[in-house]
Amino acid sequence: MDFLQTVKIALRALRTNKMRSFLTMLGIIIGIASVIAMMAVGSGASYVISQQIASIGSNIILVIPGSTTSGGLRTGSGGAQTLTSDDVKAIMAECPSVDLASGTVRSSGQVVYGNMNWSTVIMGGTPELFEIREWGIANGRGITQQDVDGAVKVCLLGQTVADNLFGSADPVGNIVRIKKIPFTVIGVLERKGQSPQGTDQDDTLFVPLRTAQRNLVRSQHTNNVGALIVKAKSKELLTKAEEEINSLLNQRHRITGGKEPDFSTRNLSEILAVAEQSSKAMSLLLGAVASISLIVGGIGIMNIMLVSVTERTREIGIRMAIGAKKNDILLQFMTEAVLLTMLGGLIGIALGAGGAMVVSRMLEWPTLISFQSISIAFVFSGAVGIFFGFYPARKAAGLNPIDALRYE
Amino acid sequence: MSEVIALTDIRRVFTMGDQQFEALKGVSYSISAGEFVAIMGASGSGKSTCMNILGCLDRPTSGQYLLDGLDVGAMNTNQLADIRNKKLGFVFQGFNLLARTPAVENVELPLVYAGLHSRERREKALAAMQQVGLAGKENNHPSQLSGGQQQRVAIARALVNNPAVILADEPTGNLDSSTTAEIMSLFTTLNKQGITIIMVTHEHDVAAYAGRQITFRDGNIIGDTK
Repeated sequence: MDFLQTVKIALRALRTNKMRSFLTMLGIIIGIASVIAMMAVGSGASYVISQQIASIGSNIILVIPGSTTSGGLRTGSGGAQTLTSDDVKAIMAECPSVDLASGTVRSSGQVVYGNMNWSTVIMGGTPELFEIREWGIANGRGITQQDVDGAVKVCLLGQTVADNLFGSADPVGNIVRIKKIPFTVIGVLERKGQSPQGTDQDDTLFVPLRTAQRNLVRSQHTNNVGALIVKAKSKELLTKAEEEINSLLNQRHRITGGKEPDFSTRNLSEILAVAEQSSKAMSLLLGAVASISLIVGGIGIMNIMLVSVTERTREIGIRMAIGAKKNDILLQFMTEAVLLTMLGGLIGIALGAGGAMVVSRMLEWPTLISFQSISIAFVFSGAVGIFFGFYPARKAAGLNPIDALRYE
Repeated sequence: MSEVIALTDIRRVFTMGDQQFEALKGVSYSISAGEFVAIMGASGSGKSTCMNILGCLDRPTSGQYLLDGLDVGAMNTNQLADIRNKKLGFVFQGFNLLARTPAVENVELPLVYAGLHSRERREKALAAMQQVGLAGKENNHPSQLSGGQQQRVAIARALVNNPAVILADEPTGNLDSSTTAEIMSLFTTLNKQGITIIMVTHEHDVAAYAGRQITFRDGNIIGDTK
């Protein structure tokens, strides 16, 4: 008996009870749709996280000043100004696992161009900062060591700032006023997007570190930096670099014994790795829930197939009397079950993909539907059919033709 | 004429719990090609058991059954299915057609299991339907046909594989007298074309159409008009 004929017979049997076939399929449809949607949302989440990791730059350690106590009031972390440009130089010189380091200062203020103005974050940095953050120039040139050494009044705009001040015009060469001081725009940075914390990384303006220290930040010493950003030579050396920085700065800042350090280090990649891992665990959990619904759907299939075998006992008897072998009957009912689940699987894939699209539209959450997840879902739905269809099919094939023919 | 069916000392014992019931108590007879035989008897006489054995749906407890020269008793279930498919044609009392399936596809069914291609199947099925006088009804579903027409479809299905024997189990049991006459004359015509027919019935006037009557009682043959 050829396979095509088997499929034809199975399709006819499914068509005979359209409503019942559909309701039976529903379990599989819901199961597969949720698997697809969950996987899409889950892999969308890990895609976002990996993008954000890339946007920060890799193998990065932040060194943040500690808190100070003045008159009994403790400032928060980063409140003190304990780090200096000399610390940066020392780290570069003495920590073998460190690739690059840059001091930064951070301020905020109004930036004015013509009759436009925009409040943004103003960062002071050295050329290394852009290398560490893997942040290229879209237009114009970057900050050079000469700019830093000479405390030249030039600035680099983030895309958001450029858009808001200049619209579609080219900002390079124009003069903007930052805190009433005129700065020449030398370039525009590439678009970076959202940070893992959800802030717009392009809403920033960069000036040479020393320029910022002298003109934009109020501090006791112009040598102070707000925070250090350090890049380790490799992922493996990240922890080692962090240790080296800690011991060097402890030494330089004379932190001994029980004295609380006046700085702290943070390893960003680690934090993000944890975030990524938790999103993976989440999608695994969602997948497990979805698989349970698939199993429930499979039991529904088995139940209906058993009913179908009983209902069609006479038909089975006729087929056997006419020459159907046990295997023909087995194959016929298996085909029916597998068709049922695969059809349900296809509908479920379509629904799941549609659902994921709706989610990504409405919640502005990226979803990724991979070919892999679709093929897994399809194969899995087929496997559910084989697994749960086997018992009813075997029951049908095991019928005695005489009894089956006499069945009322 | 050659023997199509040869039964030698066939016994069939049913065991239910610790009770044993001997439905056939050593039956022997043979049927030659081209015969039209009626098997008669009251219910419980063993005629249906004998029919099931003849139809290779059941196996004798002991004894030898040669069908077209083949020792059927020695075959496994798959081989028996093959024999039913190639050597036998069944006509049942309740027609036993597949519902919601066009008549022509019902007729094709044995050929599906014989592994023929669709074009060949359709050709043979149409020829068989022609033979039983159902040309033009190919695409009707069983529910759209009268009882007599349904039985003709069943007969066409029995004929389509060119079997050695057609086995009919109370073929007119569900039909009125005029349709009965119609079906019986069809059987007679087919028999005249050389087809061997074995028919189980308990009605004497139906049995009268056959050239030979074998009568069962209590698991034994008590009469054979041969």
